[in-house]
Amino acid sequence: MKRIFIREEFCIGCRLCEIHCLVAHSSSKDIIKVFKKEKPRPISRIIVEQKGYNSFSLQCRHCDKPYCLEACMSGALYRDEKSGAILQDKEKCVGCWMCIMVCPYGVIKREINNKKVSSKCDLCIDREIPICVERCPNQALILKEV
Amino acid sequence: MNLKQGWFEKDISGCSISGFICEDGKRVSGETIIRSIALMNERSNGLGGGFAGYGIYPEMKELYAFHLMFEDNQAKEETEKILNESLIIDLQEKIPTQRTKGIHHPPILMRYFGKVDEGRLFDMEISEEDYIIQTVMKINSSVKGAYVFSSGKNMGAFKAVGYPHEVGRFYRLEEYEGYIWIAHGRFPTNTPGWWGGAHPFTLLDFAVVHNGEISSYGINKRYLEMFGYKCTLMTDTEVMAYLFDLLLRRHHLPIEIACMALAPPTWREIDHRDGEMELAKAIRIVYGSALVNGPFAILLAHSKGLIGLNDRLKLRPLVAARKDNTLYIASEESGIREICPFPDKVWAPKAGEPVMGWLKGEERCEFELSRTRISDREKSQSVHPVSSMC
Amino acid sequence: MHRYDKENDEVVSQEEACVGCHRCVTLCPTNALTVHKNQLQFKSHGNWTDWAIRNIYKQAETGGVLLTGMGNDRPYPIYWDHLLLNASQVTNPSIDPLREPMELRTYLGRKPERLELDLGREVLSLKENIPPQLKLETPILFSAMSYGAISYNACEALARAAEILGIYYNTGEGGLHPNLYKYGKNTIVQVASGRFGVHKEYLDVAAAIEIKIGQGAKPGIGGHLPGEKVTDEISKTRMIPKGTDALSPAPQHDIYSIEDLRMLIFALKEATRYRKPVSVKIAAVHNSAAIASGIVRAGADIIAIDGFRGGTGAAPMVIRDNVGIPIEFALASIDQRLRDEGIRHQASIVVAGGFRNSADIFKAIALGADAVYIGTAALIAMGCHMCQKCYTGKCNWGIATQDPYLTKRLNPDIAVERLVNLINAWSHEIKEMLGGMGINAIESLRGNRLALRGIGLTDTELNILGVLPAGR
Repeated sequence: MKRIFIREEFCIGCRLCEIHCLVAHSSSKDIIKVFKKEKPRPISRIIVEQKGYNSFSLQCRHCDKPYCLEACMSGALYRDEKSGAILQDKEKCVGCWMCIMVCPYGVIKREINNKKVSSKCDLCIDREIPICVERCPNQALILKEV
Repeated sequence: MNLKQGWFEKDISGCSISGFICEDGKRVSGETIIRSIALMNERSNGLGGGFAGYGIYPEMKELYAFHLMFEDNQAKEETEKILNESLIIDLQEKIPTQRTKGIHHPPILMRYFGKVDEGRLFDMEISEEDYIIQTVMKINSSVKGAYVFSSGKNMGAFKAVGYPHEVGRFYRLEEYEGYIWIAHGRFPTNTPGWWGGAHPFTLLDFAVVHNGEISSYGINKRYLEMFGYKCTLMTDTEVMAYLFDLLLRRHHLPIEIACMALAPPTWREIDHRDGEMELAKAIRIVYGSALVNGPFAILLAHSKGLIGLNDRLKLRPLVAARKDNTLYIASEESGIREICPFPDKVWAPKAGEPVMGWLKGEERCEFELSRTRISDREKSQSVHPVSSMC
Repeated sequence: MHRYDKENDEVVSQEEACVGCHRCVTLCPTNALTVHKNQLQFKSHGNWTDWAIRNIYKQAETGGVLLTGMGNDRPYPIYWDHLLLNASQVTNPSIDPLREPMELRTYLGRKPERLELDLGREVLSLKENIPPQLKLETPILFSAMSYGAISYNACEALARAAEILGIYYNTGEGGLHPNLYKYGKNTIVQVASGRFGVHKEYLDVAAAIEIKIGQGAKPGIGGHLPGEKVTDEISKTRMIPKGTDALSPAPQHDIYSIEDLRMLIFALKEATRYRKPVSVKIAAVHNSAAIASGIVRAGADIIAIDGFRGGTGAAPMVIRDNVGIPIEFALASIDQRLRDEGIRHQASIVVAGGFRNSADIFKAIALGADAVYIGTAALIAMGCHMCQKCYTGKCNWGIATQDPYLTKRLNPDIAVERLVNLINAWSHEIKEMLGGMGINAIESLRGNRLALRGIGLTDTELNILGVLPAGR
């Protein structure tokens, strides 16, 4: 099972991971259109935390014991068999936001577009490697087997 | 007659060599070597040919025999002045020649037999051989129009512009008898041939004939200049003769080591050799500037033996053969079979490994101590007849 | 230079602060940014250029010495571009480096004039071992760049790349960080005039020791590390107080003439039991040939010569741009002088100073060098964009800085890969050029001036370089 890890000694706080994440999860997938046209702008599933010169990018850990999955009352959150990632069926989400409350890492976000739902990292299941790992300019994000 | 003076234009040499040694010291007529080299005529273009014979002056074998060529009388006079100052000349005469078709406008060709004044040597504190070399270098570089062809004892070099067999006839080589003969036919592509540029190149009693091009000439020449050798004959082969003199005579290295310095194995081979790794590595490190790069097949003759050597990738042909007491080495097997139709064995020497023939009885020569190991290797080489290399 | 204005919700930039480092250009995901030369121009003048005028303004305002970084950027002629190479045609076959062995291995160190062999025994062997040598798989090394002038990550990248490639890197005068001791066998340590970081262990872990007399960017003066760049780690490694300017003295105060140098060389050799080569680095100046001859006779095993294009972390601009001579001439005259005196084998020559590509390196070896140090080229491979602001300590690429915000930007993993790629690419190109000339071992190129021809050079220049003009 592969998971995303951050090497904070190389994270420069540029937040390109946030940008590429939100573009990858947009409808047009084109960075200029996303930033100029798509309203409301899609949200990134990554959060970059920074204090002084220390920074790192944080996303869903796809925990072995997922509190969010247990808290989900509509069954929108489920674990994908092959990758072990925790994925979300947005159709089923009712926007109760209990998952956001219980997540110990605070990596789930509120999304209010047409429908009120929650949003988190999906390990870019539809891609070969997650977009944040691919596009980090300093190779601070890596994909590792656990 | 063509003489090149002035700047150094590198002369490319080709293309046929042949030689043999009668290890029992039996002397044979120069006719034999002429026939061998004449057969390989296709490899030359008539712009140069040359021979060296050993044992050709038996009555004067204790004296140094200088073969010289002069463009004009002035060069001759200036040189004779130097020779008479530096040495005691017992005999001087024209080298006997005959008019031959194909040999045009010969320069003045003289030979001088002389020895060194012992007293002079003592004052100067150098060895006799170094003194002779000094004299030769002085003539070559300071007298305009004069060149020394050979400067050894009981040996001589004969060279000219023309096909080798014409050169041989011109010098009446059939009248000489020697126990070692080497010959060369030239195919220069650069400059018109000139008499001084033909092979062999000699120093003392070393003589070298060479088929190939020395792409490392620039650095070999500068390396030799550090030791006082002057490369004046504008042909890359010159450095071979001087390198052998440096390594064998001055540095007292065994012949096998000298050949390894000139045509070393690759680093990968050295790293994997057991036993001799440190030695091979040291040879390559210390004598890096003596590495001769570029394709070559050479014959090195000296008064006690004959050596044939190929470059490290064997980019030029060389075939060797033995019959009774004689070792033959030539560019093509046909050149050997012309004078020895039924050799006992024929083989193609490997890249970078020398083939050697030694005069019997010369056991104490300091650069042949590894003889036994080399002859073992010779035995292990293939014995079946090899087709001619082109 | 860029700032987010919250009120207007836009990013504004202070253009006059732009140094042309291209960091913003490289990181922008839409390639929206580009950098132009400042349009503000003075009236054109042959003598009073923009650059000359602005320098006077700066000095009138501050009263200070103008500092700058990297190497001489003035338009002096580059002689490498006036040398052409040979190729074999017909008479000598070219060799294909992909199919035949092509050897670049080089050994640096003192070599005996001849080999003495022990002939008495069954197996031939050496009478005594040859002096210690440095083994390089390719004739390129990483030049001296001190820890302090460059960041720890940059030093680590150089050390790791040197290990992978089988070559060496030089610590410069900044001492050696203990975490890098494990790369000791690929390290040449420097003993410079400030003797920063020189202690017993420093000498013990190294493969060779270099005494720095001068460097090409600032011949005649010492190293300069501004106080901003002296952090805790630097202070510990260099053995100086934190935050102080590290100004190395101009001469080494125990070397006031050649016999003093000889004493120091042998002191170092004694301290390391004659097991490591000792190198001496000088800048290329007017009488380099005579100086080099003296240094070789003083006992140096390797001489390193740094030409006037050599880089630096900080130097007064007026010295960098006007002092020293091109490395091409220094190399040619030193090589010839050592050969004339018959001592060329006693020391290997390594040259440095603005080598840009494998052709420059190739030509240097043909002129007589044993190997080439690259400094600026290595930094450019790691990301440097030559903005020449190293002396401010604000290198945007994390190379010439100690600021923790900035040093993160250089990921050693990426830097190592890029350095290894660069050297491999150059080595392959050198092999192709060698093969084209029909040479299969670098020994046959070293000092082979016949492999070069000059173009667009005067007779005197051709004479000093020892090459023929193209066409002869």
